[in-house]
Amino acid sequence: MLRLPGFRVASPTTIAEAVAALAEPGARPIAGGTDLLPNLKHRLGAPTVLVQLSRLPLRDVEVRAGALCIGAGAVLADLAEHPLVRAHAPSLARAAGLVAGPTLRNLGTLGGNLHLDTRCRYVNQTPLWREALGGCLKSHGDRCHVVPGGQTCVAALSSDCAPALVALDATLTLHGPAGARTVALADYYCADGTAHTGRAAGELATEIRVPLAPGPRRETYVKWTVRKSIDFPLISIAMRFDLADDAVAAPIVAARVVVGALASTPKLVRKLDALRGQRLDDPATADAIAAQVGAQCKPLPNLPYDADYRRAVLPVHVRRGIAALVAAGENHG
Amino acid sequence: MTTPPDQGELTVRFLLNGEPVAVAVPPHWTLLEVLRYRLDLIGTKQGCDKGDCGACTVQLDGKAVPSCLVLGSAVDGRAVTTVEGLRGPTLHPLFDAFDHAVAAQCGFCTPGIVMAAEAYLRRLGRPVTRAEAAAALAGNLCRCTGYTKILDAVVAASERLHGAGGG
Ligand SMILES: Cc1cc2nc3c(=O)[nH]c(=O)nc-3n(C[C@H](O)[C@H](O)[C@H](O)COP(=O)(O)OP(=O)(O)OC[C@H]3O[C@@H](n4cnc5c(N)ncnc54)[C@H](O)[C@@H]3O)c2cc1C
Ligand code: SF4
Ligand code: FES
Ligand code: FES
Repeated sequence: MLRLPGFRVASPTTIAEAVAALAEPGARPIAGGTDLLPNLKHRLGAPTVLVQLSRLPLRDVEVRAGALCIGAGAVLADLAEHPLVRAHAPSLARAAGLVAGPTLRNLGTLGGNLHLDTRCRYVNQTPLWREALGGCLKSHGDRCHVVPGGQTCVAALSSDCAPALVALDATLTLHGPAGARTVALADYYCADGTAHTGRAAGELATEIRVPLAPGPRRETYVKWTVRKSIDFPLISIAMRFDLADDAVAAPIVAARVVVGALASTPKLVRKLDALRGQRLDDPATADAIAAQVGAQCKPLPNLPYDADYRRAVLPVHVRRGIAALVAAGENHG
Repeated sequence: MTTPPDQGELTVRFLLNGEPVAVAVPPHWTLLEVLRYRLDLIGTKQGCDKGDCGACTVQLDGKAVPSCLVLGSAVDGRAVTTVEGLRGPTLHPLFDAFDHAVAAQCGFCTPGIVMAAEAYLRRLGRPVTRAEAAAALAGNLCRCTGYTKILDAVVAASERLHGAGGG
């Protein structure tokens, strides 16, 4: 039995009311609660008031002004099946459908998924367990058990949707005391596992926008875990290829590969410019991408599985993801 | 919008197994705690208490959710169905099929599995395949049966509910 600490709740019905409620020191937003409540049961955080977002009008999914616009309160189970999401952002539909298990996807929201706290084998534990180790930078301690001597927490970004949305050049709109602002999701995360989002005090995310593809595109999200359900990602790769025409073997116009479940930010893989003009069904293309991912991305011993193994298989999953896109041929999306 | 410094208990009104109820709950209690410790509905089980096991699964507006991760105050104005809500003048086909297939050993996972299965079968509206049933129950752990008999029972119940012969 895990009891929650004491707090009050606010149930606003408009964004303005929610922003006002969030202005109170110690206030935290709660959407589905599937990340926040387990963490509070483990005494990670001590909010004074939880501002429930579930009554806000933030669930719409629509195409508007050249973008797929998704309310931050949209529920993952709905996104995974939504015809517009499947048509315009199939890798996001896939990522949303791979989060946790089916009952958690009925509660979890996209806004909550993008703000999912970073995870680490040394911190997602009971207080007794953590204290036995003297705590760490993320919980009442002064050291890191993952990087001995390290002064920055490298707990893992474990959101399945964040890498997919960064690969799709998504933006995030937030409302706060100073009004609304929109940021590129690629610039939203920072390399500090104790505070890894650019969310300012009192802000709440309201909308995610994915620009519609300018032309033919193939995209996918690859997740590997030990169990087939419930588990957070141990390998997490989002890939997007813009192509010269709708054949899967058409020349690549642009490629974007983003890897999650490393440290606290989604990692944009660099040096992929040489892929322009190459073809997805050419094995040399998959080899080149896998080599860059292997060279630039180093899984850390922050998650509950062997880091050396995860490093070794990361490029393998890149190749498999591309092979699946090629095998699907023209039946994508 | 300001929240009073001491909220005391909140009165939450919702439909519980089809009947309207009003219950006073501390703001930091989960729906699971409200069901078991305020309403004495102990069919819903408390397992891991953090979303891993599915023993606490109930239906919220007809969808299966883990009640250990829902705040009691969040169900105001909504409909909650627990395993007790499947009681009726005749035995529910899922209960009957679980009994016939011997799909419960210790029985701790059973109420949660039945609630997840019922929500899925109702939405599907046709006989379920074994693979579909397994995917729908992927958030529910059972430490006894090895799942074979649970899937047998869910497939059999779906055939009775939506099969050619009809329920
Ligand atoms: C057993 C288990 C397995 C899981 N597996 C996965 C997995 O495989 N992959 C995965 O990605 N996640 C997983 N999760 C985590 C979680 O279920 C999802 O990430 C979910 O999408 C979180 O959304 P939520 O609405 O429930 O968030 P909440 O718990 O309500 O909130 C999470 C965080 O986001 C903040 N927040 C919520 N909404 C907003 C908003 N609109 N603006 C600003 N901040 C906001 C909250 O303050 C909180 O800090 C798992 C959880 C459990 C319990
Ligand atoms: S990465 Fe280091 S500081 Fe961060 S949670 Fe893990 S052990 Fe703690
Ligand atoms: S008790 Fe709720 S999921 Fe285990
Ligand atoms: S019957 Fe014992 S846990 Fe399933």
